[in-house]
Amino acid sequence: MGLLSKKDAKLITDPLADNNPITIQVLGICSALAITAELKASLVMGIAVLFVLGIGNVVISLMRNIIPSKIRIIVQLIVVASLVIIVDQVLKAYAYELSKTLSVFVGLIITNCIIMGRFEAFALGNGPWKAFLDGIGNALGYALILLVVGFFRELLGSGTLFGIPVLGDPIEKTGLYSIGYENNGFMLMPPMALIIVGLIIWVQRSRNTTLIED
Amino acid sequence: MIEHIELFFKSIFIDNMVFAVFLGMCSYLAVSKKVATAVGLGAAVIFVLAITVPLNWLLDQYLLQPGALQWLGPEFKEYDLSFLSFIMFIATIATMVQLVEIVVEKFSPSLYNSLGIFLPLIAVNCAILGGSLFMQSREIETLGLAVNYGISSGIGWFLAILAIASIREKIRYSNVPGPLRGLGITFIVTGLMGIGFLSFGGMLTGGDEEVKEAPQEVLVEAVELKKEIQNQTKIVN
Repeated sequence: MGLLSKKDAKLITDPLADNNPITIQVLGICSALAITAELKASLVMGIAVLFVLGIGNVVISLMRNIIPSKIRIIVQLIVVASLVIIVDQVLKAYAYELSKTLSVFVGLIITNCIIMGRFEAFALGNGPWKAFLDGIGNALGYALILLVVGFFRELLGSGTLFGIPVLGDPIEKTGLYSIGYENNGFMLMPPMALIIVGLIIWVQRSRNTTLIED
Repeated sequence: MIEHIELFFKSIFIDNMVFAVFLGMCSYLAVSKKVATAVGLGAAVIFVLAITVPLNWLLDQYLLQPGALQWLGPEFKEYDLSFLSFIMFIATIATMVQLVEIVVEKFSPSLYNSLGIFLPLIAVNCAILGGSLFMQSREIETLGLAVNYGISSGIGWFLAILAIASIREKIRYSNVPGPLRGLGITFIVTGLMGIGFLSFGGMLTGGDEEVKEAPQEVLVEAVELKKEIQNQTKIVN
């Protein structure tokens, strides 16, 4: 590991599974689910959150001793909002189509509970390097769930991955479609995202029974 | 008048904050264990949305939109501050929540006690910022409609959290498989409720109107595309 001590590495690996922000901490579901109908949108959303949370955590951690605790929520919101504006402008400039698909959900990263949750729970009490690792770890855990949900929804809903058809052509009936397979358009509807996350939670908690709630 | 009724119905049932766009899910999942607390948070959300959406509408109309600064004089016509909307909206929301908290505490201590801890939480509730952002992207036309939109989407959220809290109170007595207990089953139940709410989609306009709307959207897209191409060619030239 060299660069990272064991404790630091744990900050990154923990949120990927046993302390996942979405399935265990129940943070950041708000803006996550509506955009997972395509794998590409999930990936971009994951990267956007990685950027905002990584940098935001460092900034808040650097300022932790000078922020008066009464107005800390407003300070945090302003920091996040500025970072999100950068993300939004970059997306509009270099990926206009995608920023149309994500629509208001880029802006909603501001109130994504993951960000405020990690600021409150970690960045306000730890140094910048640790806060950075924590931010990266949590954003990766978030992106992981988004990608899994996006993978299943795009594969089963439209038979493509990243927009590339993988199951054959549904109109010319090649590949899987030649034996009578049909796309399940229902997977593209928003409620299916919730059900898939529910199933992910089920799988995760069956494998690690210490996580079961009473 | 008819557009008010239409918007009201649409924001509560068809574009329901929770079931259609997943806004405010965090507090929706965290505070829905008991009906009494769910009602408190729901009421606070209606209250804050009813104030912040019209306020942000004014801000959007007279400060942020392209050309919105025209009332200052013709030389400000070119200004486009819309990239500032995130920061302005969230600042408005955070200050309003703080203000509402102070006012409610002063004039109605009983309401303050029942809303109590939920008010500060609301500043970071996605449903509130989402309300303002959707108000902006759906281009709501008048202040009256903005007030209507704020209140009705708040009611939609209230309805959703009330329903899930009641279901969770009952589900406690059911034999749910261990790993699904708590969070997992709540997700799946919400998904099923969302599927139920999908059926409201066809109720408002019926089939005819949708056919009319679709070509319009295509038209708008085409016009935008044309503009873009023109811009690009200008840059190239």
